[in-house]
Amino acid sequence: MDDFLQTLMTAVSVGSLYALIALGYTMVYGVLKFINFAHSDVVVLGAWFSFTLATWFLPQMGIDPAAAPWWAACGVLFFAMLACGGVGFLIERLAYRPLRRAPRLNVLITAIGVSLLLQNVGQLQFDLGAGLRLPFGTQPQGMPRLVPDVALNDAAVARGVAGEGGSSSTLVLEHPAVLESGRSYRAVVYRDNGAVERARITSSTGTYGAGAVMSLGSSLTRPPDGSVYVIRRLARVPIAMIDVVIVVTAGGLMVLLNLLVYRSKLGMAMRAVSFNTDTAALMGIPVDRVISFTFVLGAMLAAAAGFLYAIKYTTLQQPAHAGWVLLGLKAFVAAVVGGIGNIQGAVLGGFLIAFIEQFGAVYVSSDLRDISVFAVLILVLLVRPTGVLGSPSCEKV
Amino acid sequence: MNHVPDGASAGPLDMLLDVRGIAISFGGLSAVRDFSLHMPSGALYGLIGPNGAGKTTVFNLLTGVYRTETGSIAVRGRRVDALKPHQIATAGLARTFQNIRLFGHLSVLDNVRVACHLRGRHGLAGTLLRLGHHVAQERSITRRARDLLAMFGLSDREDHQARHLSYGDQRRLEIARALATEPKVLLLDEPAAGMNAQEKVDLAGLIRRIRDERGLAILLIEHDMGLVMNVCQRITVLEYGAVIAEGEPTDIQKNPRVIEAYLGTPVELPAGWEV
Amino acid sequence: MDDSNNLAPTRSAVLRNVTLPVAGAVALGLLMQLVVGPASGPYATRLMLDVGVAIIAAVSLNIINGYTGQFSVGHAAFIAAGGYVAGSFTYYCSLLWWGEYAKHGGFLGMGEWLFFCSCLLGGFGAAALGWLVGLPSLRLRGDYLAIVTLGFGEILRVLLQNTNRQIFDAEQLRDATWRQLVPPPLGGAQGFSDVPKYTNLFWMYLMVAVTLFVAVRLKISSTGRAFLSIREDEIAAEAMGVDITRLKVRAFIVAAFFAGIAGGLFAHQSGTVIRPIDAGFQRSFEIVIMVVLGGLGSISGVTLAAVILTLLPALLLDFAQYRMILYALLLILLMIFRPQGLLGVKELWDFARPWRRGGTRT
Repeated sequence: MDDFLQTLMTAVSVGSLYALIALGYTMVYGVLKFINFAHSDVVVLGAWFSFTLATWFLPQMGIDPAAAPWWAACGVLFFAMLACGGVGFLIERLAYRPLRRAPRLNVLITAIGVSLLLQNVGQLQFDLGAGLRLPFGTQPQGMPRLVPDVALNDAAVARGVAGEGGSSSTLVLEHPAVLESGRSYRAVVYRDNGAVERARITSSTGTYGAGAVMSLGSSLTRPPDGSVYVIRRLARVPIAMIDVVIVVTAGGLMVLLNLLVYRSKLGMAMRAVSFNTDTAALMGIPVDRVISFTFVLGAMLAAAAGFLYAIKYTTLQQPAHAGWVLLGLKAFVAAVVGGIGNIQGAVLGGFLIAFIEQFGAVYVSSDLRDISVFAVLILVLLVRPTGVLGSPSCEKV
Repeated sequence: MNHVPDGASAGPLDMLLDVRGIAISFGGLSAVRDFSLHMPSGALYGLIGPNGAGKTTVFNLLTGVYRTETGSIAVRGRRVDALKPHQIATAGLARTFQNIRLFGHLSVLDNVRVACHLRGRHGLAGTLLRLGHHVAQERSITRRARDLLAMFGLSDREDHQARHLSYGDQRRLEIARALATEPKVLLLDEPAAGMNAQEKVDLAGLIRRIRDERGLAILLIEHDMGLVMNVCQRITVLEYGAVIAEGEPTDIQKNPRVIEAYLGTPVELPAGWEV
Repeated sequence: MDDSNNLAPTRSAVLRNVTLPVAGAVALGLLMQLVVGPASGPYATRLMLDVGVAIIAAVSLNIINGYTGQFSVGHAAFIAAGGYVAGSFTYYCSLLWWGEYAKHGGFLGMGEWLFFCSCLLGGFGAAALGWLVGLPSLRLRGDYLAIVTLGFGEILRVLLQNTNRQIFDAEQLRDATWRQLVPPPLGGAQGFSDVPKYTNLFWMYLMVAVTLFVAVRLKISSTGRAFLSIREDEIAAEAMGVDITRLKVRAFIVAAFFAGIAGGLFAHQSGTVIRPIDAGFQRSFEIVIMVVLGGLGSISGVTLAAVILTLLPALLLDFAQYRMILYALLLILLMIFRPQGLLGVKELWDFARPWRRGGTRT
């Protein structure tokens, strides 16, 4: 049961990432009727822009990325979305717009070209001075978390001021504490300087009196005397803050997108262009502007997904790494499974794919996790090529 | 309503094309319903009707692009309504397209030779090793294609890319290509569209000649009433997917429902107005 | 109508159509091996081998992407499949028969014939995969097919990463348990190494010549015209009796076969270790670029592009870092300014006869 709930939680969190990316694929397909191969690379850009903002820009402003306030994380997200929106605009303007009347195959090849370009430009690196290095280079990097690595449903079982003595990686208790068997505990230490340190308690279970020494899983820089400590009992099925942040952010963006598409004039224009570009143009809709806008929107959602992915997994692979391609492919599969061109379909598909992937990994085989997704794709394409929510279409002869 | 021609006692086996009660609808819109047609060898029939009446849809049903929901289609007594388009072509049904669909980047000759493809075996070994039968077959295909091009007056343009041909030549090439599949039944979708008066006269002669030389049954969709009334023995009129009239050209011309379908309901004009 | 009877195959026709091309291919191989290779030194030889693999890969992909207009971006998967099949076959057979995986025999010796059979086996293995991938392609339009082939390459990469460890000595191989053999011992993420280095200019250019022959003969035949008609207009092609399903699968099978051979040659080349990443999309994209640059459908154009794009980075060493960026820009600019590639559907020899307006003829 715990496994199940844990997997469910991961699936929802990963599903919202897939959904965010799938939305970009689906919206672009809606207005231009082609698969934007370069979309997954915009996700990568979003993740790496977030990294640059968090590791260079925040320190420039005097903020320690390891202890960044929530608004700093929001700022990183905002500027990463802005930057990717700009990139999305440029891609459409420079690469796709000249091909508006070209055969689909040419546009597809261009999209592959754009994808390759982003990947390989992303692998370059130049020193721009003041420690700023762009683009991103060929080495993996550690992304600062920006969101505390805590679970919301941990229970605080003891707190106090850390006593003197003990060696590094120990904690001297002020009040008694009980460590139940079968549970894990964690000490959170609040230093005078505002830093927060977390460490797993490795002492065996039992009752500890005041002044007792508990050993910690990682070494703290100095015995944490005088600082406040809290001992938290970890939940059996932890609801990680990061997952909540992901689901809330992604959900918020999706609600905003939904309002935009179905409640605004611009959204109506997007839907009109998606329905029939030529007729929309005749009705006086500025088709080029609407398409540009759609790209910017898709790229911004991709950036948000990249940001959330980065702070969840914290290890950023280099921009041309196969892992990114897989991420993009899965999101694409989500869009197809839901019915490409259909906004609700993309969200549904995102969650569906995440559920299949996560539960398959836990209950079937984790080695074959990436493969199951493609099996689903091929199955859907063969059985119902228009996806779960797509409407059938046929070519006019 | 039964659309079997008057006095048609011929069984289905004598019919090159035997269509009974086919229908299709798109999302609730009934595009064609209860369409029947019986064409013996040498038949040259017309299918007319206002825009959007479902004429091309009938062609698409017959050639397997769409699948009929009811009824049956038989070519030379053989049911084809469950077959794929290429199997239907092999069974002896060929067509041209209203919106010309030539193989634009291929040469005129190759357009016709592609259509010769289905009468023959084209194994990989034969192709790669150029075995005797393969070479002979390729030669025979080329000769047949050249004969057809000569018949349609396209011989001097056989090396041109099809997309560079004039509109009228493209229409003729479409017919030549369809004939290359050696059909028993030929469906022509607006073959005279975009042609000038002289070309239309020539085309009418050509269509008759093909029918006579090859004993085909030809079904013609055409908006040029002069051409249709001139060449067709029988005419079927469609409106909103349903057959509203069927008979010889002279009857069709006088049929009030057809006139209504084309011209609308006559109205009483106020005194002093002239049309 | 059928006049094939009075044109029975004559001796001279067989000579002209079968023996001469084979002799030509062998002659090209011998020329490269015995004259060009020794005259140009090891570095140039190495480059010529790379060029050979690129030509076979690009010309075979051209059969799918150029002739039939289907868009596969998973060609590297076929190459890798062929490489793994051929490489492991040679390696383990050598281990079993000769007790060691070193080269066995000299030029045209036993070892080289084993290698030749391995390459054929690699070709057949890849062709089987081609059949498998070709099947869904029947129902998929261009961009969907692209994604499926891309996904297929990634699947193969993941599968290869989860293979067993390579077995390095004959004793262990004989005593191997099922757990060591299933999944097959192909080296997992580390890749498969120490394949005997049999590939030389002779075999490489023999296969290049064969590939080119097959590509040309396919193109100027009924089958080739049917391929091209699918590219031009599927609906019209079907209406003209072209069995597009069968032909698309056939294109995939033939192309995958030669890709598999290219993989086999690559696996036996000195200095290479075949890795799962070889099945991935990056290598596939490189081949796609060659085909698009050369002109979808043009054999000579694609060959030319394969040569240029393989030699260019070798000639400009400093440029390695920017190679893919340049390729990507090339791809985008080509699509905007010259979407038909260098030669379009034409062949080099079409330009020698300017009155010809395109198309092909027997």
